[in-house]
Amino acid sequence: MSQFTSSFWDYYIGVISVVSILACGVLLLAQGKRRVAGGESETTGHSWDEDLGEYNNPLPRWWMWLFWITIVFALAYLALYPGLGSFAGYWKWTQVGQLEQETKQAEAQFGPIYEKFAGQEVAQLAKNPEALAIGQKLFLNICAQCHASDAAGSRGFPNLTDNDWLYGGDPAAIKASITNGRNGIMPPFAPALGEQGTKDVAHYVMSLSGMAHDSIRSARGKPLFAQICAACHGAQGKGNPLLGAPNLTDKTWLYGAGEAAIIEGVTRGRNNQMPAHKELLTPTKIHLLTAYVYSLSQQK
Amino acid sequence: MSKEGAAAEGLVEQSLYEVRKTIHPRAVRGWFAAWRWALVWATQLVFYGLPWLQWNDRQALHFDIVHRKFYIFGLVFWPQDIIYLTVLLIISALSLFLFTAVAGRLWCGYACPQTVYTEIFMWIEQKIEGDRAARMRLDAAPLGARKAGLKAAKHGAWIAVALWTGFTFVGYVTPIRELWQEVLSVGPWLAGGAAPLLGPWETFWILFYGFATYGNAGWMREQVCKYMCPYARFQSAMFDQDTLIITYDRERGEPRGSRSRKSDPAALGLGHCVDCNICVQVCPTGIDIRSGLQYECIGCAACIDGCNQVMEKVGYPKGLIRYSTTHAMEQKLTRAQMFRHAFRPRVLLYSAILAGIVIAAGVSLWLRVPLKVDVIRDRAAIAREVEGGSIENVYRLQIMNTEEEERYYYVVVSGLPGIHLGGQSQFDVEGASSRMVTVRVRIGPGAAQPGTHPIHFQVSAVGIAGVEVREKSVFIVR
Repeated sequence: MSQFTSSFWDYYIGVISVVSILACGVLLLAQGKRRVAGGESETTGHSWDEDLGEYNNPLPRWWMWLFWITIVFALAYLALYPGLGSFAGYWKWTQVGQLEQETKQAEAQFGPIYEKFAGQEVAQLAKNPEALAIGQKLFLNICAQCHASDAAGSRGFPNLTDNDWLYGGDPAAIKASITNGRNGIMPPFAPALGEQGTKDVAHYVMSLSGMAHDSIRSARGKPLFAQICAACHGAQGKGNPLLGAPNLTDKTWLYGAGEAAIIEGVTRGRNNQMPAHKELLTPTKIHLLTAYVYSLSQQK
Repeated sequence: MSKEGAAAEGLVEQSLYEVRKTIHPRAVRGWFAAWRWALVWATQLVFYGLPWLQWNDRQALHFDIVHRKFYIFGLVFWPQDIIYLTVLLIISALSLFLFTAVAGRLWCGYACPQTVYTEIFMWIEQKIEGDRAARMRLDAAPLGARKAGLKAAKHGAWIAVALWTGFTFVGYVTPIRELWQEVLSVGPWLAGGAAPLLGPWETFWILFYGFATYGNAGWMREQVCKYMCPYARFQSAMFDQDTLIITYDRERGEPRGSRSRKSDPAALGLGHCVDCNICVQVCPTGIDIRSGLQYECIGCAACIDGCNQVMEKVGYPKGLIRYSTTHAMEQKLTRAQMFRHAFRPRVLLYSAILAGIVIAAGVSLWLRVPLKVDVIRDRAAIAREVEGGSIENVYRLQIMNTEEEERYYYVVVSGLPGIHLGGQSQFDVEGASSRMVTVRVRIGPGAAQPGTHPIHFQVSAVGIAGVEVREKSVFIVR
């Protein structure tokens, strides 16, 4: 804040606060007693509506001590905690400091729970119900937003429960995907192929996975595929896990099966990003998450 | 002499605060004191005794704040049942309104913990230090061995009761039998043994509640009612002309004065008040009821008991101080007429509302289904096409079993043609716990237009009729 306002305002606030608190004390001292004419009356001397008086019903003296305690508390608080302008307080308390302290406490408390899993192999953890329960909670918190609560994905978000993997399904590949993320890019080929060429290639791709297709177009598309698509998807269209290029000969279609979806993909390309989680999660949490994801495709 | 000068001469300094004058109430016996003691026994047997009762192999009354479950005999309340706590508070408030409209500060005089514990503490005080006169003598006496001994004994006894009260209070939150073992472990620790099992918060709350009991019932007493209690102030606002209040029959009593037992008061020109001051001596708030209704009066009726004893002794009819109403006094109503005035619109209205809420709460508790379900639709993954062109949506069901036995539940989904669960549809949930399950809901290709469609999940316990919950959600087709 100090770069926006002059330090005058720190003093302004500080002086008003301290003077107000001290003024409360002066008021208590000045108003605790009063002088009345001896024997005249027991009323406070206040009158309302011309003739309505008020008796002096003294408060118990401990009540007055409560007032003094609040004043002492206020001064002690302002000495210990930040409150007087930019004065940081004797204890130097900050919100960030408190967060760091609580984080440290949480790590000390939960660290040992994670620590016992850190040394175990993913394949081993995938059979450990306790580890899987933690992994599932992490998954539901972090991954389920895109991959769905049952991990079966949806359009554009891969299904993690089958044995079909874009980047490989062994523990190391899964862990790499979670840690560093993935960015699968298919460039748009409409300019290179033209409208007819795109349609021909699409029918050839449909033939690869056994969909109904136009065999004339498919035959025309085959050389175009070898020329343009095979670089990533392979000569047989089996894909390439190093690039994340999908296998086009199976029944898994990330953006939907059928002519329209394939033409859309070839024409406009695809750009699909899985974010990196190494900044968000500790290595042990990623380890447990890997075990959970790995276990999903091992069940079948 | 000027006016100012005259005033200045006689000026007296007056403090707006004063040291509390200790009240030494005289012990009293009688019909109303018996009632108060009956309520002391009833409330304290319940308070000290209930946490020791067992039910289903657990504490019968256990407010498990850590796990957010309240066990009350056969019932388990979850945070979602907060409405029952609300209803309980509403019933309490309405009862207070009703009792106050009918007979003033009944709660304050007989059942309020402040009154009940003060009564217990005063009883201890009287047993150790003696009656009112002895206590006043003792307080006035200089500190000597006897005085120090008596005071130490009194405070020791008070602290023992207070600590047991604090222990019992915490015993509602932490299982009291375990807590007792933990408390016992403090002894060996003090003798130099291993660290006690008693946790820091348990210790704090036992001491805090114990200190509050000791401070309020031993030291603060009537000051809690006079200066701190909000009920005390707003209850008097609920009085009306037909509310039964503790009344001194001025017409019968005045002019007051002492007289010989044989003399005829009429001949002396005196009323029935013999000015013995017993009513002032027994008052726990230190007022003189003969000055009329005062805000300090907690309605304990000690003055009625005290006065009746005196009236009996001197041979006058009882009831010089009695429960009566302003109307009864002004219009000289008979008792029957006075009690008929109790049935006035405000009382009838309070009673009707109270009865309505009690019945509704009872019925609702009776019909309460021991199962709760929350349906949370997957938000980002809207809908997906699976093999064969079927459309699938994914939901998380939070199934909460609020019974203490393990239950099996089956899930049925309805609302669209051919809608069904793909995958698991039966789930077991342990007693008094909740489980999050993921379900896939599927419809055939073309079974619904693109857009959102309302659907319903029905979760039912296997083999138990009536334990079922229907929750709505939406199914999205795109």
